[in-house]
Amino acid sequence: MTENLDVLRQGIASGRLKTDELVLNMGPQHPSTHGVLRLELVLDGEIVVKIIPSMGYLHRCFEKHAEAMTYPQVVPYTDRMDYLAAMNNNHGYALAVERLLGIEVPERVEYIRVIMAELQRIASHLVAIGTFGMDVGAFTPFLYCFRDREYILDIFERTCGARLLYNYIWVGGLSHDVHDGFERDVADFIRKFRPTVTEVNNLLNYNKIFIERTAHVGVLPADVAVSYGCSGPMLRGSGVDWDLRRDDPYSIYDRFDWNVIVGDGAAGTLGDCWDRHMVRVGEMEESCRIIEQALESFPAAGDIAEAIPKRIRPPKGEIYTRVENPRGELGYYLISDGSANPFRLKVRGPSFVNLSVIDEISRGHLIADLVAILGSIDIVLGEVDR
Amino acid sequence: MGKTHEEICTYLSELFPDAGLEYDDAVPCINVPPALIREIALQVRDDAELAFDTLMCLSGVDFGDGTLGVVYHLDSMSLRQKLTLKVTIPVAEACVPTVERVWRIAEWHEREAYDLVGIVFQGHGDLRRILLPEDWEGHPLRKDYQVQEFYNGMKVPY
Repeated sequence: MTENLDVLRQGIASGRLKTDELVLNMGPQHPSTHGVLRLELVLDGEIVVKIIPSMGYLHRCFEKHAEAMTYPQVVPYTDRMDYLAAMNNNHGYALAVERLLGIEVPERVEYIRVIMAELQRIASHLVAIGTFGMDVGAFTPFLYCFRDREYILDIFERTCGARLLYNYIWVGGLSHDVHDGFERDVADFIRKFRPTVTEVNNLLNYNKIFIERTAHVGVLPADVAVSYGCSGPMLRGSGVDWDLRRDDPYSIYDRFDWNVIVGDGAAGTLGDCWDRHMVRVGEMEESCRIIEQALESFPAAGDIAEAIPKRIRPPKGEIYTRVENPRGELGYYLISDGSANPFRLKVRGPSFVNLSVIDEISRGHLIADLVAILGSIDIVLGEVDR
Repeated sequence: MGKTHEEICTYLSELFPDAGLEYDDAVPCINVPPALIREIALQVRDDAELAFDTLMCLSGVDFGDGTLGVVYHLDSMSLRQKLTLKVTIPVAEACVPTVERVWRIAEWHEREAYDLVGIVFQGHGDLRRILLPEDWEGHPLRKDYQVQEFYNGMKVPY
């Protein structure tokens, strides 16, 4: 890839190759934009000069809807933002309202929330890893990833009846207690899942073709990542050791022993597509470790509904709460005027923020590399557009 | 733990004695006059004592009493401290200087605040709607927003 690019660049610089700029629309209906995203590409031959992203095809003004809903009614709407990480979305929203209300939730609820959030993180990373492989031409790992994601969705289904949009984590508690045999199911899943990481490593991550497609591509330097507000695997892939579960702890994450996975540029340059991808692969194992420890000290009994308020009217005030979603920092800025509806609810979605850097890191790359870069950012358009 | 809002406000007031920075205990946040937001933003980013390198969130708000607001949630990764800055402006003059050159992400957040709340960011390089179509009328997150009846011949309210 890089050699071809050098030949092209030399040709253009020496004037032997005459090129004209061309504007090409990629999307909104394009498999590698992972949803309805349109990128206006300004091209010099096959080289990307500039990208103008156009979003909003899925916009339904969630923030306006939220103002017309009561606090519990907003929860299902949060599911539909990052629909691959609905549990984490619920969790962040519940935390924001609970902090405004000043209520504590029971131990058992905290444990269930953390286990669910980490299972969801694995499920979400499996989609990201599988589809990223497909973006650069590897179809089989996708099947392995989706097979294992099914096990997680089965667990969610047994507990709350839904497979994608759960409305499970409520303000002050949960919608249902976990099903009988939940702990056994989760432990079974971890046992079945661990070999998959090795399989995906052998098939995809250390595959020569995959490394050629992703290493040195879309390099995001740490200072640029910070200025663009990038978070999650996007930021850690650039070597920044930052994870809200450890650095701005919420729920009971401070009780567990686990590592923050950071990119190291092992295959190419620090902050390239391969680094971002490998952060996700490493994080799945760390999530397994958190879940195992949570299962060990899982409180056997307890009323999950005991802290759910009968009537939710937070006192006047405002709060900004953030949680570590699979894609990065999900922030809720919530203003209460003392009534039963949020006065203003602003969502800072990690997909929206991470996507904003695409123009910066794609300039000078080929269109084929742009597909890899977009896949490595791992956006969910439901959250970009809200 | 890093500095509290009160300490930061005192510190900034010494650097900008005429700015009229107000510390709001209830939120907590610091109220900044609109004209000074860019200077304050640069100061809090580059000052070694503050080092707010990340703009976590920038929100446009309609307070419903004839004023609009822009709220800046800042985070310092190195010093582990957070800061909330708030700018309040009358609806009739919904203008705030841009901070897109201070934190690059502000470019998109400001476009969103312009699109949904109708706040104009002076000096912004590319202030277009970001989520709604370019020919949409009005700004939905205004409290007095009336949805348009037709959009390009299509009935809007369903």
